[in-house]
This record gives sequence, structure tokens and C-alpha cells, in this order.
Amino acid sequence: MEKKWEAMTPDEKQEAQFQKLLNPKDPQGNALKFQSPEAEATYKASITRIKDAVQLKKTPDRVPVTLLPSMFPFTNAGMTVQEAMYDYDKCAAAFKKFILEFKPDMHIGAAQAGPGKFYEILDYKLYKWPGHGVAPEHSYQCVEQEYMKAGEYDLLITDPSFYFRNFYLPRVFGALEGFTMLPPLTGILEIYGVAFNFIPYALPPVQGTFKALFEAGAEALKWAMVIGGLNGELATLGFPNILGGFTKAPFDTIGDTLRGTRGIIMDMYRQPEKLLQALEAMTPIMIGMGLGSAQQTGNPQIFIPLHKGADGFLSDEQFKKFYWPTLKAVMLGLIEGGCIPFAALEGHWGSRLKIIQDIPRGKTMWMVDQTDMAKAKETLGKNACLIGNLSSSMLKLGTPQDVRDYAKKLIDTAGKGGGFIMSNGAFFDEAKPENVKAMVDFTREYGVYK
Amino acid sequence: MSGKLVKLLSDLKEPEALQFVEKALAEGVDPAALLEEAREGMAVVGQRFAKEEYFIPHLIFSGEILKGIVKRLEPHLKKGKEQKPLGKVIIGTVAGDLHDIGKDLVVFMLDVSGFEVLDLGIDVPAQKFVDAIKESGSKIVGLSGFLTLAFDSMKETIDAIEKAGLRDKVNIMIGGGQIDEQVRIYTRADACGRDAMAAVQLAKGWIGG
Repeated sequence: MEKKWEAMTPDEKQEAQFQKLLNPKDPQGNALKFQSPEAEATYKASITRIKDAVQLKKTPDRVPVTLLPSMFPFTNAGMTVQEAMYDYDKCAAAFKKFILEFKPDMHIGAAQAGPGKFYEILDYKLYKWPGHGVAPEHSYQCVEQEYMKAGEYDLLITDPSFYFRNFYLPRVFGALEGFTMLPPLTGILEIYGVAFNFIPYALPPVQGTFKALFEAGAEALKWAMVIGGLNGELATLGFPNILGGFTKAPFDTIGDTLRGTRGIIMDMYRQPEKLLQALEAMTPIMIGMGLGSAQQTGNPQIFIPLHKGADGFLSDEQFKKFYWPTLKAVMLGLIEGGCIPFAALEGHWGSRLKIIQDIPRGKTMWMVDQTDMAKAKETLGKNACLIGNLSSSMLKLGTPQDVRDYAKKLIDTAGKGGGFIMSNGAFFDEAKPENVKAMVDFTREYGVYK
Repeated sequence: MSGKLVKLLSDLKEPEALQFVEKALAEGVDPAALLEEAREGMAVVGQRFAKEEYFIPHLIFSGEILKGIVKRLEPHLKKGKEQKPLGKVIIGTVAGDLHDIGKDLVVFMLDVSGFEVLDLGIDVPAQKFVDAIKESGSKIVGLSGFLTLAFDSMKETIDAIEKAGLRDKVNIMIGGGQIDEQVRIYTRADACGRDAMAAVQLAKGWIGG
């Protein structure tokens, strides 16, 4: 009899997740119909290849190759980022063209542009995007501010969801102003007084916020249907999406969009205990975010973009005290739940390798941007699968021969014995198509393990 | 009292440094002398950053403490002669790019290292750099950019400087995000640097300091 999910060990859960990926279903729950036997074989070979690269038990048949673009599929199709954000069909068509043109073993979906109209409906202030502070051909960019004030830690620690709804969200979404008037849900207990909790829902600002939410939800669904439909179609063509969801390191959750870079740095000096408590409070929430999305998508790889732990952003001592413990806890929690943390070491992380290599073997993957790949292989690479690190500058400015030479070096060092996936190192908007092609094609030829 | 404030500031002892300043002012210590000590303290912070004993948080926090000190000193300071800067540097994040954290760190390090910095901000059009060079006579320009779109913006900015006939009058450095030697060659900048210390060293090299 099959073991119940709850009774499985992390190893068994991971295996079960891979089995699920190897036997994909269509939205009705039936076995996915591939468009050809070749597509099915390609799909399954890719999943097996990633599985071997991640688990470090067997050398894969060859180095897997993936592409992790930002806006490149759209610029490559001759459209602006603005078009990709506002015309979902165009966005999906461009992404499909991108996959069929370059044929990576797998992809992470076409969600990067996101639904422009949705941001408009909610009056999103955290980003500037094409037509809203950025040129049509450029990517969206974050507007960093202290959206959470220095004196609000106790509110966040006590009830993170209440804090997010009543304080953080109305500050980053203009249309969610009505949330500031809502009482905590935990006040709804018994018949006496229960109705008082609902009075705010009669107020016009709250009703305005809910109207915006209905509209935003409908827009998000419209977009997701197109993007999700594309995922299904690409799967039938032999190209699996390997992304199951996303979460963050608690330090980045607080440092990126709540307190901001300057804010969290002040807190490390002025109120370190409060910051540590808040990091602890965010940890189970970040684990739940990853596990929840893996459950929804049926895909165990949970992306974790890592920002403020990079070389120079913190001292070693600060990294060990503020950044790593809760990031590690998030990763362990995800592993415990059968997920594969897929962390991205954005920028340089050379000074952190010896610390972060302390993770369970064969359970994680790490996207390497500018860190020395040979050094990463000797440390972190002993325990984990590495992905990367073809640079954005080489993809945009180099020649196909530069790309092949560098890819060869990567396969010879990072690829040794498995545990490596060829890819770009940072999400890219711009590149010469012939360079992208050279990276994929060369890996298919030269990356075969003998 | 000599050296006490230098040490408190460079060791990032915020409450102690601010208390010290308040007490010293109450005791009639010359505010200009206190400001000079604070400057020395910031120079020590810069040296520790260069030696990789200090990192970005130490820089940003020391800047915050300095702000607190200057706020307390300002009402007592007479408008006097400023220290002569080492040289002028124009800095900005190039057109289309809105990122400022890296640029601000470079501005900060140049400032504490004795340069006068003209910070043009983010998303700066090429022409604004050209105008700033003309107006200020600065010999050093720093272009910052985080995104790949900055490669072209940097190139266009340097082209515009060249078209204005100013290219041989300035040294240009670039940095940020995905910037490396390959991008430097593409943009025809004079140098690229990985961090704020690199910017200071380049600037000092160019002015012969």
C-alpha cells in the first residue's frame, strides 16, 4: 500500500514529487497527452536529468541546460515589455516562440512580465513599470522605501497577517486603503459582539477596496489562464516547467520591501533583538509559502532569490547572526516537506560558500550569478546542484565562440561528476539570440557524460 | 578630549557619540573641532572598509551617526572656510535605470574620502551628464547601472560626452550589477570597478592624489 504523505520521510517525499513530475496530468486529472512520442521521451528525459543533477546519487546522461530569462523572450520577439505586460496572448506567444527557438531542457514559465492591468487596478506603488514611470521597452523596477516603520516591529511580530493587511499592503497598493479600517479577524469569537466586527465592511472606503479586489482577482485569473495554458501546451511539446513556487529568506523579506536596505541596516544596530524576533516570526510563514505553492503547482522546486546576504552587504558575523540561521531554517522546512529549495545567489557570494554548504546533500539547487564557479563547486557543490553562471554581459556583448569557450569551462569544472545545470547566471532582458543558442546547443553536444 | 569622538564614531557607538557631542558643546568645546574629529572618524570608517573589516552596513550606519552629530553641531557652527576637496566627481545612475543603492555607496565613499561629489541622481539623461561636466569642470565621471539596459545607456552617455568634445577632458568609470570588463570595452569607459572602494582608488589615481 502507498504510504500516506504525512508518514513519508523527506527522501520519500522528494521521490514522490519526482514521480509525479514524471507522470504529468492534464487539468482534468488524466494522464497528459503528449503531442508525439518524441515529446514524451524528451519531457521525461529532462525530468530524470534534473532529478539526477539534484540528488547527486547518479551522474545524469548529460548536463541539463535551462534558460532563466527575465524579459528576453519578449524583446527577442520584437515586442516591448509593455506589450508583454498588457497583452497576455502576445506574451504567451512570444514565450512559446522562445522555447521552440532555443529548446532548453526545461523552463520556469512566462509569469515574469505579469499582468499590467492588474497592477493598475490596485494602484501598485512598490514598482514602476512600462507606462508607469519606466519606458515601454524597459523592465519594471522596485521603488525601495521604508514601507514598514522602525517602530512597527511589535505589530509585525505579534500578528504578521494583520500587520500585512492593515499596514503594509495599503502602503504599497493605493487601492487597498480600505484595509486600514478592518479589525483583526481573531476578534470574531462568539455571538455576543460578533456583529461589531463586521461594521467596517459597510464603510465606503472598505467597499471600494473590495470592489478593486474583485476586479483585480478577475484580471489575475484571466492572465493566469493564459500563462497556465501555455505551461500545459509546452509540457505536451516536451518542455517541462520546473518552477513550483517562490519564497524568500526572512532577512530579505524584511530588508527588501518592508524596511528597505537602509532600514534593516539601522535595525541591526539599533534594535537587533526585535529584528531577530521578526526574522523568527517570518520563518514558518516563508516555509508555508513555499510548501503551499508546491502543493498548488505540483512542482517541488521552490525559488528563493537571495539578495542582502551577498558579499559586502553584511559582515561575516552579521551574516551568521541575521541572515543564515533563518534562511537555513526555511530551506530545511521546505526539504522536510518534500520540496527542493532553488536558491539564487544574486551577485557575488564567494565569502559565504563555506557557511552555506552546510545543508543536507542532494536536496537543493543554487543559481550562481557572479561567484567563482570552481570555488562554488569545491564547497557548496559537494552537497548541492549548481546552476549557472553564464554572465549577462557575455550573453549580450560576447560572441558565440566566447559563450562556447565559457560553457566548456563550466562543464569541465562545475559539471564534473554531475550536480550541475547549465544556465545563465542572472535573469536577463537582453542578449544576442545566437549567444543564447550557442549556450544550449553546445551543452547538448559537449555536456554528454561518458 | 582629542580622539575620543574619532573613536566613538569609527567604532559605531551611536548613543555614546551623540552624548559626547552634546556634553562637549555644553562644556564650550569648539564645534569646528568636533566636526573635524567627526571627519577623521569617517576617514577611519573608510579605511576599515578598504581593509574589509567593515562592510556596507557599517558604512551606512556610520553615515547615520554622522548625520546625528552634524545636526547637533550645525546651530553652533559659524559659516567658515570649508576644507578644500581633493577634486570634483560627477555621479549618476544612467537613463532608464532607477537603482540607487550602489550609486549612493559610491557617493558616500568618495565624500568621506575628501571628494566633492555632484550626485545627479537616478535615470539621468546623457545630456545632463554633458551639462554637468561643462558647468562644473569636473574631470571625473562615474556612471552607475544595475540592469542590462544600462550597458546601452552608458554607451550612449559616453558617446554624448564625446560628441560634446569633452571626452578627453574627463576620466569615466562605470560600475554596478552586471558591469564587468566586457561592458567597459563595449561602452569605452576608462575603467570599471566592483565596489565603492574601487571608485575611490580610481578617482584618486586620476587626480594624482
